[in-house]
Amino acid sequence: MRFVDEFRSADKARALAAKIAGLCEPGRQYKLMEVCGGHTHTIYKHGLEDYLPESVTLIHGPGCPVCVIPMGRVDDAIALASQPDTIMTSFGDMMRVPGSQGSFFDAKAQGTDIRMVYSPLDSLKIARQNPDKRVVFMAIGFETTTPSTAMTVLRAAAMKLDNFSVFCNHVTIIPAMKAILDSPDLRLDGFIGPGHVSTVIGCRPYEFVARDYGKPVVVAGFEPLDILQSIYMLMLQLSEGRCEVENQYTRVVPWDGNLAALNAINQVMELRPYFEWRGLGFISHSAMRVRPEFAAFDAELLFEVPGVRVADPKACQCGEVLKGVLKPWECKVFGTACTPETPIGTCMVSPEGACAAYYNFGRMNRRRKVEVTIS
Amino acid sequence: MSDQGTWVDQALREHEEHAQEEHAGSARPGGTSDREQQVLDRIDRARRRRPKVREERITMSHGAGGKATRTLVEAVFLDAFSNALLDPLEDAAQLHLNGGRVALTTDSYVVSPLFFPGGDIGDLAVNGTVNDLAVSGATPLYLSAGFILEEGFPVTQLQEIVASMQAAAQVAGVQVVTGDTKVVQRGKADGCYINTAGVGVVEHDMSLGVANARPGDAVIVSGPIGDHGVTIMLARGELDIEADITSDTAALNGLIADLLAATSGVRALRDATRGGVATILNEVATAADVGVLVNEDAIPVRTVVRGASELLGIDPMYVACEGRMVVVVDGGEADKALAALRSHPLGADAAIIGQITADPKGMVLLNTAFGGSRIVDLLVGDPLPRIC
Repeated sequence: MRFVDEFRSADKARALAAKIAGLCEPGRQYKLMEVCGGHTHTIYKHGLEDYLPESVTLIHGPGCPVCVIPMGRVDDAIALASQPDTIMTSFGDMMRVPGSQGSFFDAKAQGTDIRMVYSPLDSLKIARQNPDKRVVFMAIGFETTTPSTAMTVLRAAAMKLDNFSVFCNHVTIIPAMKAILDSPDLRLDGFIGPGHVSTVIGCRPYEFVARDYGKPVVVAGFEPLDILQSIYMLMLQLSEGRCEVENQYTRVVPWDGNLAALNAINQVMELRPYFEWRGLGFISHSAMRVRPEFAAFDAELLFEVPGVRVADPKACQCGEVLKGVLKPWECKVFGTACTPETPIGTCMVSPEGACAAYYNFGRMNRRRKVEVTIS
Repeated sequence: MSDQGTWVDQALREHEEHAQEEHAGSARPGGTSDREQQVLDRIDRARRRRPKVREERITMSHGAGGKATRTLVEAVFLDAFSNALLDPLEDAAQLHLNGGRVALTTDSYVVSPLFFPGGDIGDLAVNGTVNDLAVSGATPLYLSAGFILEEGFPVTQLQEIVASMQAAAQVAGVQVVTGDTKVVQRGKADGCYINTAGVGVVEHDMSLGVANARPGDAVIVSGPIGDHGVTIMLARGELDIEADITSDTAALNGLIADLLAATSGVRALRDATRGGVATILNEVATAADVGVLVNEDAIPVRTVVRGASELLGIDPMYVACEGRMVVVVDGGEADKALAALRSHPLGADAAIIGQITADPKGMVLLNTAFGGSRIVDLLVGDPLPRIC
């Protein structure tokens, strides 16, 4: 299939793997963080780690939109959805995320009208078809999805819709990366930068990582060869003693980002003073809210939202997993109490979550791999 | 107390109990195995425990054919009905009546939309039940048909559905010999639901079942996978994707008869409906306590299905088929089986996709087209509800 198979060639992968192995200094361990959950998913789905030398370890980062939503916000969303004459719309990824009173699926089973949409614009269609209901879109995601929420609000304003609003939970990636860089628990050698986020924000925002923290960043695409090539580019920088922001995903990511998308975000949203991230706690200026000019579309202002902070179950170590301090299987409850079927933490929910990726795809001992070939 | 609080607490409590038991026993298998392997072993033990339904209410996941369905079936239905004929959880039960072997099965159909490219709920309801009999090794003979109709449902549509049932029955060589009709108020059902049960006779002495798989066996699929699921998804019109694809709904009894006549090495047959080929392979791995190793490159998938799956972020291995089956066959007989399948129109694109291995027990491993490896697990739910 065109535009897919080219980026999954096993021959090219073998060649890159040999070059990566050639760059490893004997005795040195390399820890590279893929910031984005989409990368984590690709890495496990294609078995990319099989190509890496033992001295190169991939650390899974916090860039999973669903994983960082704290329980209290899920509870708030369900409270919004449970009001009379309300339809809540959400991306499918959100449906299983546990709040303290259960997930969207559980709320749906009890009669709450929660519908999956593929695009926030679908919510406008639903709002128009149901003029006697109020439609609330549960907006989540990093800068990748923020512009589409902003455009949806602008469209709703142009259509003069009075029964549509957004429950805004958009977060920004840079403060999260900074929190990880400032964390004393973790020593990283470099970052595989988030590709889709960077289509919007460009590569410039990462320059502080190289300049102030001395860690190289390579913005990467989402096919397995993209990631393998980015690992090679990081290893090359490390071996040559360079420390720069590089763009592997040039076919999609412009260095300066997407100005139209950034303008749309700026027009509709502003930074919150602080926002709670699941497992990471409160991070200042790390999330977006709807600007006062668009208050008519801000569900948090229109309706009562409990806004209660809910602590994660004590046994849940999602925060450590999100920061890359723990590998998924190092969490005490991984795979026993916490499984994709009954997830306790968010990392086990989303296909982009590190625990779900490891449980569903990676739950095998690579060193003990059965060497069998099919004739 | 909240729903979630309840089951989280319960899950954590059980986790602690098992951890203590294991600690007390302290018989670490292998002794020197590394920490990750210990965790993997612990998870393996957790997965082999009796499943429990933790939710207080039925969710859509319980009908999706994955982990949640299996848990519901084992914890609720098997718990109540358990008997020697039901317990293997094969597609059809094998009964001994008057000295003869008879297969009995039943299936309900709630597909939405009722009409889709390549078929409708009518031929689906015949083919699905015929296939459940055929994969158990039986010759399908008679079906029942129960209709649950919603007040206001157009009679012309019902006639259309029934006509395609009759046409499908003729192709499959079965008769609909008994039936039932119920009507519920508007809003209490979605147009038309159908239940069919089927009986067939087993005319040979082979015993087919996923528990029969053994190391060295080959795994075959009878044709390109995922056509039905993608067709239904696109027919719902929610995605604004158009593609030239039709459902693969078909009766497999002719194909299976040819296969069983060609080789006596067949161990198990399963039609890959809800949950797709991945779910069947997991059933094989669990039931026979073997490993299943599959080559992604070898799995036949139409470009349209691959493309739609890529766009939607789903894996064709989990997408439902209604006219494809997985065959586990003695490795030495694999070529014979493949030739027999390929000489039938419904098996023209059959392919060997993998083999049964001794280890890792209970798991399905995939060699990815990219050249890596990973496991293939059961899904919890299904991104596509009401597919059949």
